[in-house]
Amino acid sequence: MRFAVIDSKLVPEKILGSPISRIDDIPEIPLDPQFSFQADLKKILNGKQLLFEDVPFSHEIIQQHYEHGYVTYRKGLITAGKRFVCQRCGNEDKTWFAAFHCHRCNEECAYCRRCLMMGRVSECTPLVGWRDDAEVGSNGRDDVAQRLLQWDGSLSDGQKEAAIRVERAMLEKEELLVWAVCGAGKTEILFQGIEAAIAAGQRVCIATPRTDVVLELAPRLKAVFPNVSIAALYGGSEERHVFAALTISTTHQLLRFYRAFDTLIVDEVDAFPYSVDETLHYAVRQARKPYSAMIFLTATPCRSWQRECREGKRAHVTIPARFHRHPLPVPEFVWCGNWAKLLQKGRLPGSVVSWAKTRCDAGKGALMFIPRIELMEKMLPLFRKLHQGIESVHAEDSHRKEKVRKMREGKIPLLLTTTILERGVTFPNIDVAVLGAEAELFTESALVQIAGRAGRSASFPKGVVSFFHFGVTEEMQRARKVIQSMNKEAEKRCLVD
Amino acid sequence: MGMFSQERCLICHEEMVASATWRGVFLGEEVTGCCSRCLSKLEAIGGETCRICGRELDSNFCKEDLCLDCVRWEEDGDWAGMLDSNISLFHYNDFLRETIARYKFRGDYVLARVFAEKIEEVLRKVPHDYLVPIPLSEERLYERGFNQSEALILEAGREATLLLARIHSEKQSKKSRKDRIHLPQVFTLGRNEELTGKTIMLVDDIYTTGSTIRHAAKILKGAGAARIHSVTIAR
Repeated sequence: MRFAVIDSKLVPEKILGSPISRIDDIPEIPLDPQFSFQADLKKILNGKQLLFEDVPFSHEIIQQHYEHGYVTYRKGLITAGKRFVCQRCGNEDKTWFAAFHCHRCNEECAYCRRCLMMGRVSECTPLVGWRDDAEVGSNGRDDVAQRLLQWDGSLSDGQKEAAIRVERAMLEKEELLVWAVCGAGKTEILFQGIEAAIAAGQRVCIATPRTDVVLELAPRLKAVFPNVSIAALYGGSEERHVFAALTISTTHQLLRFYRAFDTLIVDEVDAFPYSVDETLHYAVRQARKPYSAMIFLTATPCRSWQRECREGKRAHVTIPARFHRHPLPVPEFVWCGNWAKLLQKGRLPGSVVSWAKTRCDAGKGALMFIPRIELMEKMLPLFRKLHQGIESVHAEDSHRKEKVRKMREGKIPLLLTTTILERGVTFPNIDVAVLGAEAELFTESALVQIAGRAGRSASFPKGVVSFFHFGVTEEMQRARKVIQSMNKEAEKRCLVD
Repeated sequence: MGMFSQERCLICHEEMVASATWRGVFLGEEVTGCCSRCLSKLEAIGGETCRICGRELDSNFCKEDLCLDCVRWEEDGDWAGMLDSNISLFHYNDFLRETIARYKFRGDYVLARVFAEKIEEVLRKVPHDYLVPIPLSEERLYERGFNQSEALILEAGREATLLLARIHSEKQSKKSRKDRIHLPQVFTLGRNEELTGKTIMLVDDIYTTGSTIRHAAKILKGAGAARIHSVTIAR
């Protein structure tokens, strides 16, 4: 659309106007306290950056709120020198822009293709938000006296310490890395801090790279915070317009937020796609308020962060032991020769066969990670010679959910898998192996996560972790070292029995 | 144009290897903005096709050189002979469905270039006097920012003549075949042009039942046009 600045106001103006990105200064309108604004519109826009078409109100009503100082317009696209920069997703890579003759502004109009799936941001697209000030920024609670957290579980000593640190970081608006081993119980350590922040009228967001995690976390948090408004956001979720004190979102959905949260908790910072996608980092930065807390949760921080922790340059807290007070299983390395070549001849390494046979005979469940789908498909019939019930699973498998469920119920003796089951899933009593642990995709963090699948439950805290390999890699050694050092620290801090 | 770069596939954004770049090194090779992997997911319509609508003929569902749908159209006195011929480029498979959805619903205009050269090939083969895009309603045009059919013409380097306007704005995709065929006319003449004896080429993104194209054809024939052909990306 076209806008013009008339009487120090931005007004839609078909003839005289120009695309918003070409207007030098977008006037800020002083708040008109006499104006009675629409509460529903505020709920939708507060802390957001939306397109007109995302907002279920007419242009006239939105414009009216702008003219009274409640709604804000920002440029969707700006030009910096010869480059475009998308203000929603931060994209400035020219291969992600294109242009067309636009019927909204009647000009050649560039648009961002990077975040296109959330609606097109072009040169004539305003990002619509709500005025940012203390009053409108709060989470809207007025019944703070009420006890918010209804949870009768207890924290381990390691969790307790982390929970206190998290709460402090949230209230002091600091940055903190929580480095908690797989199975430490990361979610519970957030409860205390979330309760305190929300009681103080603040807005909290837990962001995670994966939709599965949003779907798993939301009901858990709704159960322990029954009187807190909670929104679960992921691609296609219904709660897009819910204004909530606590938001649980995929990192991707944060692109719709702007200076919304007093605390942003990023779960699994090291997980794909967050780890590699600059857009998502931008989304996280945009979604926090300028003065806000940032909590990172991970079992496997990247090496530069690990170094910063060791050198005292990064505020962090570790939980080196699991909730059940047993040490982490340390992976054993088993050389299995040139398994890929053997596979071409239709055979599996002897050590792998005997490993699998032992598990099948004992009836103990087992997971085996394979580097690639094609290899896995070749192996499945060979493994099935040991036991007909052996299955395989990968990301595009249409029976994926069903197989995971059967595995959980102990109905599959051995499940071959790609790295999709590397994180987030818990099977009670299993041994874990990697075949071809030297493969490039098995990075330190992948291997630590994989090892973290074993010995999860308190009733079966022990599990064997084996890395079958054709040459030990540095990543394998690092993974083992990091697990050992966590165990050592746990012992020192008396967090294991 | 200096601000945009074309070395990446317009569909999957992977870098394109030299031999498959959009410029097409060899004479006659099509200019496309997409990589060979994406290109291979597009299934061209070929072999024996229906004389009117251009769909691949299935020997169980055809009568001589017409598919049964076109037989039905031609048996209907109101519609017989309205459309002379249609050419659709690709089968409307899942990949194309997703690509077209991104193109027109998400508004990824630049995807028009993936199809422009193939469209241009058809335009060269079928002589015509006017090149006419199927119009959008004013609201829909504002909403999308561009007309996906017109964009195909422009990106093929041709001139579009806006002979038609839309009087109905309801979404076609929510209607059954029966509903669509018995719909009152959705188009009107958008401007006065002497059409007597002219050949018109209509452009649309998808041919589903053929009802849209035939409604457009009917208006144009009523205004004197002699022949109506059409080209679509998918069917």
